[in-house]
Amino acid sequence: MATTSFTKKTLGLENGEPAVTPPTTETQANFLKKPKLAAAPPRKRDIPEGLWTKCKKCGVMMYDKELDDNLKVCPKCQYHFPIAARERIHALVETCSFEESDASMESVDILQFTGASSYTSKLEQYKKSTKLKDAVCTGIGRMGKYRVALGVMDFGFLGGSMGSVVGERLTRLIEAATGKGLPVIIISASGGARMYEGTFSLMQLAKTCGALAYHAKAKLPYLSVLTNPTMAGVMASFAAVGDLILAEPGAMIGFAGPRVIESTTQSELPPGFQTAEFLLEHGLIDAIVPRGEMKARLCSYLEYLMVGREQLAALGG
Amino acid sequence: MKYQLDFERPILELQRKLDDLKKHPEDHSLSVSFEEEVAAIEKKIEETRRQIFAHLSPWDRIKIARHPKRPFTLDYAESVFTDFSELHGDRLFADDPALVGGLAKLGEQKVLLIGTQKGRDTKENIKRNFGSAMPEGYRKALRLMKMADKFGLPIISLIDTPGAYPGIGAEERHVAEAIAVNLREMMLLEVPIVATVIGEGGSGGALGIGVADRVLILENAYYSVISPEGCAAILWKDRAAAPKAAAALRITAKDLSELGLVDEIVPEPLGGAHNNLPDMAQMLKAALITNLEALKKHTGSERLKMRYQKYRAYGRFVETQKKTAGLENGDSSTNGFPGAGAI
Repeated sequence: MATTSFTKKTLGLENGEPAVTPPTTETQANFLKKPKLAAAPPRKRDIPEGLWTKCKKCGVMMYDKELDDNLKVCPKCQYHFPIAARERIHALVETCSFEESDASMESVDILQFTGASSYTSKLEQYKKSTKLKDAVCTGIGRMGKYRVALGVMDFGFLGGSMGSVVGERLTRLIEAATGKGLPVIIISASGGARMYEGTFSLMQLAKTCGALAYHAKAKLPYLSVLTNPTMAGVMASFAAVGDLILAEPGAMIGFAGPRVIESTTQSELPPGFQTAEFLLEHGLIDAIVPRGEMKARLCSYLEYLMVGREQLAALGG
Repeated sequence: MKYQLDFERPILELQRKLDDLKKHPEDHSLSVSFEEEVAAIEKKIEETRRQIFAHLSPWDRIKIARHPKRPFTLDYAESVFTDFSELHGDRLFADDPALVGGLAKLGEQKVLLIGTQKGRDTKENIKRNFGSAMPEGYRKALRLMKMADKFGLPIISLIDTPGAYPGIGAEERHVAEAIAVNLREMMLLEVPIVATVIGEGGSGGALGIGVADRVLILENAYYSVISPEGCAAILWKDRAAAPKAAAALRITAKDLSELGLVDEIVPEPLGGAHNNLPDMAQMLKAALITNLEALKKHTGSERLKMRYQKYRAYGRFVETQKKTAGLENGDSSTNGFPGAGAI
């Protein structure tokens, strides 16, 4: 994310009054819309701390708070910036309804991975920068009238990669949902399986899909939301088997990386290749849903997909 | 010309010496008889081979796993199995020659055989995409496996692929989805499934036909989340660091067995499977039959439960307190088989 250097500000001001007058009154109105999320302060960008962000796509300068309040979507061109897992959860569930699961679970360097950098130091680095213990946050919360088992990945943690902890947290979440008769919603953002855990990471693909097999057998809905990016090992497992597969606009979604494909096939990739729009056209995803509408759309889909369960409950079954 | 691996060179040099001697018996040294000299060289070959194969690095083993003369699925279809009859097509788009399947007999047992298939030469490799399957391959495999499940045929899966094909068509027809669906559906097939990594176990492309009750691996095969070259390119910024990555990823049969990620190592004849197909086929056949017979002793639902638990157990992590939301009231369904508690 680009941050301008000429508007340096004193640190720790993001929760207080802006030090610089914002450009339009319109943006000021946006500040009042939503109270600041106490439990999960927005992730601080690495360098340098700024008040303004330049949109990657349209280049418009916007006030950070305006971007935060718009769920990290550019108000002008609708470019979807990455959003931290906790911020996203906050935007999806009813206030105070989310109970996080398995929060103490942490990755271990099972292979004692020796290489250009150690796995342990990478983990420490990302724990610090994201204030997360690994690349997914799971728990049960209420969305509209439904309790849902919600898993939200965070691309900021080691590229959202799936190792044992991501696999285990999601598997427990899905199993809990199966046991409790709850729908599952997983918001993916991942470069794929985590190399540092070798074949253990690969097995998480089978583990999560296995748990979903039994969740599906219990006729419970699973909604998979693909965000930028959802690739490789994550796309080749739980992300691809939703009853409904939704995607955020412009998200990169696929199996192999575009550069790998280009070098393997020695051919030019079609325009828009591996974007959400491309995959909608090619029949993989059910709908593209902008971030701001995501909660309402998910709740609305659940109302349809839970009809069977509710009829069963009404019959006392 | 015979394809050779760098570390096989001393063996091949001795072999050449032996061939020369046999061609020109008059050249043998005067101090010993011709027969004695032949025997001495043969013994030396055997010793050298034993010496070399006792000290293979992970990278050496990956080279063996990729050896162009290594037996492929269709070689085993003819040597381990009898009456193999290939079945084609996913009934959606095409037939994928990189992932083959068909009916066959393993001893007396009728089975479904599926496996990824590389080409022996350039022409065949173009046809078979170097063993990298397309979405059609995974969908064909699933179609055949569901049929096998319907009619009670056990499934034998042979894995030898560098990975699913990274191509435009593969993405347009959603190879990731095809693999993911297989992972989910294979977990619910009631017939016994035995998967064996016979060469390369390349990531999701391998796992896509690899969810099984028993997972075997040949002594010189590997099974990895990413190719050593791919890992080296990302973590070392240099594909040439692949040997280092191969060691770090711990992807050899021995490593995987120690980590508990495979059930059994099938030994290869001295010098590797490419050196002796008949012996390799015999050893593989014995291992498949033993495992299949053991699985047949269980009911379908027992197998499903064990299969789920097997994959459920993969993963290493630490946690200071165990708490899964919504399960605080003594609900233990996360510890058990989800199918058992589900409606």
